[in-house]
Amino acid sequence: MERRAYYRNRLLPWLLIAPQLILIFVFFYWPASQALYWAFTLEQAWGGGNVWVGFDNFRQVFGDARYWNTVMRSGLYALAATGISMTLALVLALFVDRSLRGTKIFQDVYIWPYAIAAPAAGVAFRFIFSPEAGLVGTLNGMWPGIWNPATNGAHALLMVIVCHAWLGIGYNFIFFLAALQMIPRSMFEAGAMDGAGPARRMIDLQLPLIAPTTFFLLIMNIISSFTDSFGLIDVMTEGGPVGSTEVMVYKIYFDGFRGLDYSGAAAQSIVLMLLVMALTFVQFKWIERRIHYA
Amino acid sequence: MAAITLKSVKKNYGKTPVIHGVNVEIEAGEFIVILGPSGCGKSTLLRMIAGLEEVTAGEIHIGDRLVNQVEPRDRGCAMVFQNYALYPHMTVAQNIGYSLKVAGVPRAQRDERVRAVAKSVGLEDYLDRRPGQLSGGQRQRVAMARAMVREPKVFLFDEPFSNLDAKLRVAMRAEVRRLHRDLGVTSVFVTHDQTEAMTLADRLIIMNAGRVEQIGKPSEVYNRPASRFVADFIGSPAMNLIEGMFDEQGHFVYGRGGRLAAEPLNGQRRPGRKLVLGVRPEAVRRTNEQKPGAIPALVEYIEELGAARLIHADASGTRIVAVETENVDIPSGAPVHLEFNDDALHVFSAEDGRRIDAHA
Repeated sequence: MERRAYYRNRLLPWLLIAPQLILIFVFFYWPASQALYWAFTLEQAWGGGNVWVGFDNFRQVFGDARYWNTVMRSGLYALAATGISMTLALVLALFVDRSLRGTKIFQDVYIWPYAIAAPAAGVAFRFIFSPEAGLVGTLNGMWPGIWNPATNGAHALLMVIVCHAWLGIGYNFIFFLAALQMIPRSMFEAGAMDGAGPARRMIDLQLPLIAPTTFFLLIMNIISSFTDSFGLIDVMTEGGPVGSTEVMVYKIYFDGFRGLDYSGAAAQSIVLMLLVMALTFVQFKWIERRIHYA
Repeated sequence: MAAITLKSVKKNYGKTPVIHGVNVEIEAGEFIVILGPSGCGKSTLLRMIAGLEEVTAGEIHIGDRLVNQVEPRDRGCAMVFQNYALYPHMTVAQNIGYSLKVAGVPRAQRDERVRAVAKSVGLEDYLDRRPGQLSGGQRQRVAMARAMVREPKVFLFDEPFSNLDAKLRVAMRAEVRRLHRDLGVTSVFVTHDQTEAMTLADRLIIMNAGRVEQIGKPSEVYNRPASRFVADFIGSPAMNLIEGMFDEQGHFVYGRGGRLAAEPLNGQRRPGRKLVLGVRPEAVRRTNEQKPGAIPALVEYIEELGAARLIHADASGTRIVAVETENVDIPSGAPVHLEFNDDALHVFSAEDGRRIDAHA
């Protein structure tokens, strides 16, 4: 069914969508066009405007081994953060769906982390993971030196990933819970009559039936780990120690605003943008066709 | 094939009782239909037999085993759900074979049994389809095949035809009947459709508000309803129910002073005694002249059914419906006399609605 409002005044509809349009232009199209401009040009060493350099900036980025390290690290970060976050959220949603005691409270509480801004959570997690004083720091009291994200790159990366995963649990939880509650109860009962126990029903019935949601969340989480990781990393580690938590989005910021290599950073951001666009495309094209049941 | 025994089975949801102590003995191989209006607890009772609902008090036996604490899968029951509850991500074959797969039946054997069962319900050409690609009737067959493949001791049907159109419903009814004849498995079938109930059942259980009103063969329930509720619920058009009481002179007075003399009432003749008389529209005869035992009434309107017509008449403020097989044209407002055979009269207590037998 098509429902449309028609306006006699031709100006009014444009005025109505103007606030959103302005936001999109100022914060997306304009910066994106600037990035495109910078990605294909280079500022002359002694001033005098930008010169067209074609794909030189991209060649330089792709020729840099350090960049590929960043890409690999971003991949690891994405997989780990997404994996941890979605697995925990699914487990929580499964328990809440089985209406165990206290379900009502947990249903609300699990969502709270999503309302916390990443930098704020980053500060909190820095305390929690602080080697001197934090909760995890007590490990150092038992085995001195076992945990130090300030000097150990693996520790630092783990810390950021855990924090990122924690932030995403609420979001994932809501989607998983909604998907689980969409499954008709009688289908479960049919499974029980067919002899399947709770675990078997989870594997054979629940998980396949929430597959569309799982796929959606997978893409959303990966995209989020590519882009939203910036705030966390900036607050928690600033990409360190020695670049061991430098992911793609952080390297863009670092190269651009610290290294003042605008063109290199712009090229990198174009690459990241294409990656996110590709994921979004996959999301729309694939999910509609593959994992839907009438 | 197994007998099912319910001993004072009760069910509460929280503090609200929904089943108030049901006692039923179902014989092995019997086809039992539980009939009642919505909300009478019939589905709850069925689900308790299936093990999907906990029993608050009382005992349920399947065969000679107390199953109160037995998991649904170990009770030997198969169930057909109202909305079919098929697995949408599995093919028809996978849907039917799921219980066998869970039970660890080897693949070759499983395929063979799925094929045989699918054939018996006419689904052999649809084994690779998904439920979403099937019509309502076909989905219904998948649900039945899924129940049959396990070779259960008991079939449970929870209003399985309520989503089908009228024609398909009649066809499926015949199919279920045939299935029961061929397999001889004890079956419990829940419905609110009395035609479905009457045609399918070996015996009927009529429920109302969490209680069993009557258990009996369809003909028994129809001919000797045990309560006013059953009398009203079974039969279409519904039984005429005439409320009244005996006056000081020993006349049965109904409505706005109408009087009736009938032999089955004689044993009850006590001034002030309130009764409800029941008479089926088929047992009401129209006569033109005043006779002893016939009551005067005014025709309100005629309902034309084709083969017969229903005369809706007002007898001193009490609505009485009579079936008229003669093709006559009676205008509204015409006076008629209605008479009943004494042996077609049912007498119920006005207090508790139970049947009162004339010679008891």
